Amino acid sequence: MFAPSSLARLSRRSVATFKAKLQSARRWESTAGTEAPPAGGHSPSIATSSFLRQTRDNSLRTPDIRWADEDHAGPPSNALAGRETRKMNLYQAVRDAMSIALTKDDSAVVFGEDVAFGGVFRCTMGLAEEFGRERVFNTPLTEQGIAGFGIGIASMGQTAIAEIQFADYIYPAFDQLVNEAAKFNFRSGGNFDVGGLTIRCPSMSVGHGALYHSQSPEGFFMGAAGLKASLVAHFDVPPHTLTPTQIVIPRSPIQAKGLLLSAIRDPNPVIFMEPKILYRSSVEQVPIDDYEIPLGRAETLIHGSDLTVLTWGTPVYSCETAIHMLANPPETIARHVPEPFRKAKIELIDLRTILPWDVETVTESVKRTGRLVIVHEASKTGGVGSEIAAELQKRCFLKLDAPVKRVTGWDTPVGMSYEKFYIPDSVRILDAMVETLSY
Amino acid sequence: MFRSALLRSQIHRQSRNYVRATSQVAAEPYGHLPTSQSPITPKMNFINSVTPDGTQIPTYRVLDGVGELLDGAELPEIDEAFARRIYENMMQIPVIDNLLNNVQRQGKISFYMTAHGEEATVIGSAAALADNDEILGQYREMGALLWRGYGLDDVMAQCFGNAEDASTKGKQMPVHFNSKEHHFHAISSPLATQIPQAAGVGFAIKRDPARRGKNCAAVYFGEGAASEGDFHAGMLLASTIPSPTLFIARNNGFAISTPSTEQYHGDGIAARGPGYGMDTLRVDGNDVLAVLSGVREARRRCVEQGRGVLVEAMTYRYVPQLPQLPNIHPPSISTFSLLTPTSTSSVGHHSTSDDSFAYRPRQEVEDRKRIDNPIARFRKFLEARKWWDDKEEDELKDRLKGEVMRAFKRHETMQRHEVREMFEGVYRGEEPWNIREQREELKALLQKYGKDWEPWRSELKKHKGEGKELMQ
Ligand SMILES: Cc1ncc(C[n+]2csc(CCOP(=O)(O)OP(=O)(O)O)c2C)c(N)n1
Ligand SMILES: [Mg+2]
Repeated sequence: MFAPSSLARLSRRSVATFKAKLQSARRWESTAGTEAPPAGGHSPSIATSSFLRQTRDNSLRTPDIRWADEDHAGPPSNALAGRETRKMNLYQAVRDAMSIALTKDDSAVVFGEDVAFGGVFRCTMGLAEEFGRERVFNTPLTEQGIAGFGIGIASMGQTAIAEIQFADYIYPAFDQLVNEAAKFNFRSGGNFDVGGLTIRCPSMSVGHGALYHSQSPEGFFMGAAGLKASLVAHFDVPPHTLTPTQIVIPRSPIQAKGLLLSAIRDPNPVIFMEPKILYRSSVEQVPIDDYEIPLGRAETLIHGSDLTVLTWGTPVYSCETAIHMLANPPETIARHVPEPFRKAKIELIDLRTILPWDVETVTESVKRTGRLVIVHEASKTGGVGSEIAAELQKRCFLKLDAPVKRVTGWDTPVGMSYEKFYIPDSVRILDAMVETLSY
Repeated sequence: MFRSALLRSQIHRQSRNYVRATSQVAAEPYGHLPTSQSPITPKMNFINSVTPDGTQIPTYRVLDGVGELLDGAELPEIDEAFARRIYENMMQIPVIDNLLNNVQRQGKISFYMTAHGEEATVIGSAAALADNDEILGQYREMGALLWRGYGLDDVMAQCFGNAEDASTKGKQMPVHFNSKEHHFHAISSPLATQIPQAAGVGFAIKRDPARRGKNCAAVYFGEGAASEGDFHAGMLLASTIPSPTLFIARNNGFAISTPSTEQYHGDGIAARGPGYGMDTLRVDGNDVLAVLSGVREARRRCVEQGRGVLVEAMTYRYVPQLPQLPNIHPPSISTFSLLTPTSTSSVGHHSTSDDSFAYRPRQEVEDRKRIDNPIARFRKFLEARKWWDDKEEDELKDRLKGEVMRAFKRHETMQRHEVREMFEGVYRGEEPWNIREQREELKALLQKYGKDWEPWRSELKKHKGEGKELMQ
């Protein structure tokens, strides 16, 4: 059962916090009411997500932003005057990051299959025209070649930004990435490195991509020490919708641009996976200046004290929906959500970087909440959730009020006409939260 | 005149002994290396061609642009009935393509790959194979399946992934066919993976006394896929091990937006054949008779030698490659009927074809369709022999449209397989605990929310049994 201590904690919450939460729930409901019903079971709320920063001010106050033109030695400055933002979707933000990298770093090149005409997801649109075909070019169709080629460029101290057309097609490059890129620095005693290498690839499901246009292969790279792997979700937390007394790191999406610029400049090879359904569906005001968002750091999007939900990429939005549904369950399924749980304070963390992952933030959270639900699209067995669950159970063993629960894709390939039942959609996340709360 | 004579002599030389051509130039005054036939020479002689005179590998052609026999060309063995069968199969391709391509743009199916423009390559090669040769395709080879008797109903069922889809049971994207009965292995989206597999299939055929010397594996792939490591591995294996594997490269000029000029610097795919010690032929892939006779001869050699043989068919992809996921590039078609051809100038500016014109001029596509149309060329040939006329053309078109439309209508709204099917086939034999438990988990979730959670409620209705097999 729901631990009495948590209930007590609930009642001790400040009224203001609670009101703000209700407000946000209402705002969400009313928005949802005017929209067409969600097309799929998962992520019905991308368009209306409160995580997406829609104003200049919000955008510029994204937490963790490090402006490239600022001195980071001193305290972070609040001087946002003169900084501008522009409305961009995710692919435009990715393009913007690459354009900055190409402008500021003469050694940088961008390449991959169909990259010159803009890429199949439009992430490199216009870059070839702007920077020339010598720096932005098509490669022959060979992923192992692309990765190896990028490793060669990077080993010469230059910057290689390579695109693998779909994450599902990264496996021919697996040897180059796991045996070469990841081990380059270690095996050469630090004399040769490929820190200049960044591999971008569209990943995750879209609802009808079937076996080979839906995969989330991050787990396969998690054991490859030496690599860094990050997944970008686009979101942000408008401070007023959450617990204003705490936290509320104005974070932004914007994430794509800031994390990609970090990845490109990180002294290690980075695999950068872009959830492809968000390319068009997530839109924000993005700062036009050069900035980075640090790798290896998770982001707490909603602060809570009763249960931690940990995810990354597209499911961030399904989790947002599920958390709202818990507080305010739709009538048809309300009977499955016991009254006391509706007041539960859920903490939502976006892991952002899978390797090395931010064990500190997650541990601190779970120690406070005592409950953890991990959500990812990849299959359960051997997925990233397994590693995190094992580590967390060790670190938080005595603090856990319930076993760590994983909501994931099933241990099957992604069968096309069954995708709605494959994806960890919001009702599955809701059910997992209720189960974990009632343990 | 002169050109064709030259061509003929080249083809002749080529078919006689492709690889040794260069080494036969002189006697061996300095002997040769002990471990090879490579003659010692005091001259530093770089080579960068597989033809003795450094020209590009010629293209074998039988029919000219107006369907007449090229001077000196030999007509392959073909009678009226066979020729008409080839033609009708070629004609069927654009009819199905137009329909399913439009249906894809409307978002009713998630994916489609046309073969329009490549009718001669696909049908001509299929017609040259034995019907029980093992085919491993890339994805534009539906015509080869149809040639072998796979029905329109099967095509539609697979593309809609409905309950009659026996080939992938709704699990794979459209056009990812397979049919054991038709010796057609399952299409897989990752490019080129089928190529080394085909070498293994060829090897297995050779090991089978019932099929040795009678069959081969025929593997299709695009000139883009031929850049993958798997292509090189497959070629090397089938020539070295050796295995009767017929490599059929469909060089249609593009891999999505990437022109073949950015795919390779060498002389196409054909130039790689001799590098692996393989008999190799480049054919005009828009000349169905050249494809037919070229692949017949290639197949004969392949089966006889028990070793890989390479055919590169030069063709052209008419229809822009669709973005793979429609909701990412939203469809913008509303006014065109389902059977209206896409991407011709008459259709004009819809967004997906604009994508195509970003990397190739509209005029180029139009020119290719007009001047070098595989269907028109063959039709002229048939008409000249009085094997075909306008009336039959009209009747065929009407019949094909009717058949395709009927099959489409029947399958468009058909229910899908039962939901439980999603857990089937991960393993054969005993089901492991994790799959069993996860199916139970979904079952419990459906029992709890299936009727009340909207995305699931309407989704369940699309499936046979509406999930009851799991929910009760
Ligand atoms: C390993 C792999 N990489 C990338 C892709 C994405 N992709 C699908 S089709 C295609 C182009 C293939 O071109 P080609 O082999 O010439 O065949 P065509 O489409 O021209 O018939 C690409 C890059 C893929 N399916 N598999
Ligand atoms: Mg091609």
